[in-house]
Amino acid sequence: MLNRYPLWKYLLILIVCVVGVIYALPNLYPQDPAVQISTTNGSLGSQQLDRVTQALSDDDIQVKSAAMTGNNTALIRLTDAEQQLPARDVVDNLLDNDYTVALNLADSTPSWLTSLSATPMKLGLDLRGGVHFLLEVDMEAAVEQRLKATASAIRADLRDQRIRYRSTDVDDNALHLEFANAEDRDAARDQISQTFNEFQLENRDEGRRAFLDMTLTEQAIKDIQDYAVQQNLTTIRNRVNELGVSEPLVQRQGPSRIVVELPGVQDTAEAKRIVGATANLEFRLEARPDAPDSETESFPFRNDPQRTATLSRDVIITGDRVSSASQGFDQNGRPQVNINLDGTGGSLMNQATRTNIGRNMAVLYIDHSTETRTVTRDGEQVEERIPTTSRSIISLATVQSALSNRFRITGLDSPTEASELALLLRSGSLAAPIYFVQERTIGPSLGAQNIQRGIFSVIVGGLLVIAFMLIRYKAFGVIANAALAVNLVLLIAAMSLLGATLTLPGIAGIVLTLGMAVDANVLIYERIREELRRKTPAQQAIHAGYGRAFTSIVDANLTTLLVAVVLFSIGTGPIKGFAVTLSLGILTSMFTGIVVSRALVNLSIGGKPVKKLWI
Amino acid sequence: MRQFDFMGKRRIAFIVSIVLTIVSIGALVLLNLNLGLDFTGGTVVELHYATVPSLDDIRTLLANSGFENFSVQTFGATDEILVRLQQTFSNDVGNQVVSALSSGGAQLELVRAEFVGAQVGDQLRDQSGLGMLVAMAGVAVYVAFRFQYKFALCALISLGHDVLIVLGLFALFQWEFDLTVLAGIMAVIGYSLNDTIIVYDRIRENIRLSRSDDMAQIFNEAINQTLSRTLATSGTTLLVLFALFFLGGDMIHNFSISLILGIVAGTFSSVYVAAALLIVFKLERQDLIPAKKENVEGEEELP
Repeated sequence: MLNRYPLWKYLLILIVCVVGVIYALPNLYPQDPAVQISTTNGSLGSQQLDRVTQALSDDDIQVKSAAMTGNNTALIRLTDAEQQLPARDVVDNLLDNDYTVALNLADSTPSWLTSLSATPMKLGLDLRGGVHFLLEVDMEAAVEQRLKATASAIRADLRDQRIRYRSTDVDDNALHLEFANAEDRDAARDQISQTFNEFQLENRDEGRRAFLDMTLTEQAIKDIQDYAVQQNLTTIRNRVNELGVSEPLVQRQGPSRIVVELPGVQDTAEAKRIVGATANLEFRLEARPDAPDSETESFPFRNDPQRTATLSRDVIITGDRVSSASQGFDQNGRPQVNINLDGTGGSLMNQATRTNIGRNMAVLYIDHSTETRTVTRDGEQVEERIPTTSRSIISLATVQSALSNRFRITGLDSPTEASELALLLRSGSLAAPIYFVQERTIGPSLGAQNIQRGIFSVIVGGLLVIAFMLIRYKAFGVIANAALAVNLVLLIAAMSLLGATLTLPGIAGIVLTLGMAVDANVLIYERIREELRRKTPAQQAIHAGYGRAFTSIVDANLTTLLVAVVLFSIGTGPIKGFAVTLSLGILTSMFTGIVVSRALVNLSIGGKPVKKLWI
Repeated sequence: MRQFDFMGKRRIAFIVSIVLTIVSIGALVLLNLNLGLDFTGGTVVELHYATVPSLDDIRTLLANSGFENFSVQTFGATDEILVRLQQTFSNDVGNQVVSALSSGGAQLELVRAEFVGAQVGDQLRDQSGLGMLVAMAGVAVYVAFRFQYKFALCALISLGHDVLIVLGLFALFQWEFDLTVLAGIMAVIGYSLNDTIIVYDRIRENIRLSRSDDMAQIFNEAINQTLSRTLATSGTTLLVLFALFFLGGDMIHNFSISLILGIVAGTFSSVYVAAALLIVFKLERQDLIPAKKENVEGEEELP
């Protein structure tokens, strides 16, 4: 008998290999450390560029190339990453304030590969460094938000108990309630002291007016602030994960700050917008015409600020009750966000809409922003931040029937805005506004020496596997090694396509999967040897070896794949990244171990009457 | 080919396994894992140098002054340095670092020193725990479906045994447990499962082919048949790992230790825990072959 594959199988394998090589190829072109110059109101031309390159070479910095990349931007590629920071300082000193000088990593992928959307893998924070953001959580706003929410809850509570109040007012760390008379106040005080025990209550009389002052205790303020930082940390982690940045670093620093470090993101604009975004939603009913002023608030419409609507002060739910959100289009092709509420949110929404069919409900879009101004105070330059909160109505529609936990929101400007809003709702809102206090590029956390040793050990490990297979399986070892090489190419191609980030443990993981990937071939070859010992003819032994080892290989790999898939769907961050590498490794090694190595055997000796196998 | 009587020595192996498991549980409970910077957080110190320093010199100076588990990075400019330490934050950590570094004569000043929280949040930890449990359940269902429930049970015990021993040894020797080690443990799960299933597959095949009811004998044959494969695969993987261990430097040192231990434990357990436990659970031919087929001649079951 002879071992042959039909032509289409060889062609299929060839196509897979060619595609693999193409998408793995960009990794061979290393990213150049570069300095990017851009200007908004200066002029940038080859003259300036010549001046810059001259200055750099005067400083013994080797410039690989310097070229204009647009009308107002230029890219100076360097040969040595160590010289990137000094180079930026040189250029920064040379050019005046009209120019922005930023570090950059320029892909040197040839254009024919870029046109196939082939890109190299990114290097992680440990190998290459990345961008470092330091965010400050606005603690005062966190307390104020909590007080406002409490005020809203108290109003609803008092109305339910039919206790009349005049107004509620928030300042500093206190909440002030005004009542028509002392009896109402005492009734309210009884009610409030039962539910809100984080407040110190105090009566205050001003003439005939009766007030109740509620002050937060020190401990309560600390708890609120702690919660705000923790909650923001979780939300930012979710957002960074939603952005698809793998191997990021998000951690608390000091009492009120959060550090975010992103690897390989050189276009920091998008990351910055998403990380710091504070958009949220509020659902409120339109006020009844006869409602007292103390219970209503007026808001402008988002797309027509001239138009306003008067809404009830009470919030039905906020975006925090959203359990999932996705961007879509309505039947007219306008962007919309589909929303699913969690259990509590669903029942709150149902209660509110069931009794108010026929009234209008508004969706408010809330955006906190912080303007930073540099002012001179006492002769020193101080950065002053002015937080502003804008609330605007994105839709006002009649409640047709009781809403449940699923509905959609229209009235957004663009699909981009809709998908960003969906992302923000999914990842949870920030418990308190945050602003950026620092933005830096950060060097690799591993020393150059450590990286070199790591990579050297990985190469040695790979060579040892190759040597082992050659010694143990001779001619068949050559085939196994060829299959292993294809496996490595396919794995790198798949990881590049998925935009994976490579860290040093990640590289070690790849080599490890290679060590394990030879398993399929080992299983097959041991079976062939067994068959040969039973005096089975050569071609038949090959056939039986591949056939019998097949179920073992499939069973073993499918169970491991199952683990990887579960880890991927449940895990986050580094666990997810590892699960991706593991599952890709299993798939490519099954393909190369079974199909590619068989094709090579069939091609080389499958068609010949061989007497003896060199195995 | 020589046959080793693996099953005959299973009692000794059980004792070894049980002792190791008890030691591991004891170490985990009494000593706890020595969690790394990723899990515990620590202190971050920002420094400004008057002249551009060498990062390697800073690392050496810090190590000589008794600091452990730190990272040193440039921060925005070459003369701005960020040092992360596992040391718990206190007001004088910053000054300690400055005095340690200025002992080499360098001019530097402290910009700030603050505590940093863990890189791994509670949410991530809980989710990974849940993920592991669901993954185990998935494996059990798959193995029960492809083999039989006794196999599923033994495979799970063997998997738990391997993970527990690696974790236990990390606790016992107080090696630093960081995210790379966690990745290593997950690779161990994949590897150990792989190994166990290969042995099971051969056992199933041999039970179907053989007419003997002596399970220990069948298991011995199956393990001997897969032995050269087991040694070859563990061998190649260990070759890679030893290269990483001896040449790879600090970053992947603990990662390779976790895997070396895991692979040794995984190879041992696929023979002595996963297979030998099947005898304890009284696996019989009927478990794999429906009773109806008992009357059919053995030869007809050959493909």
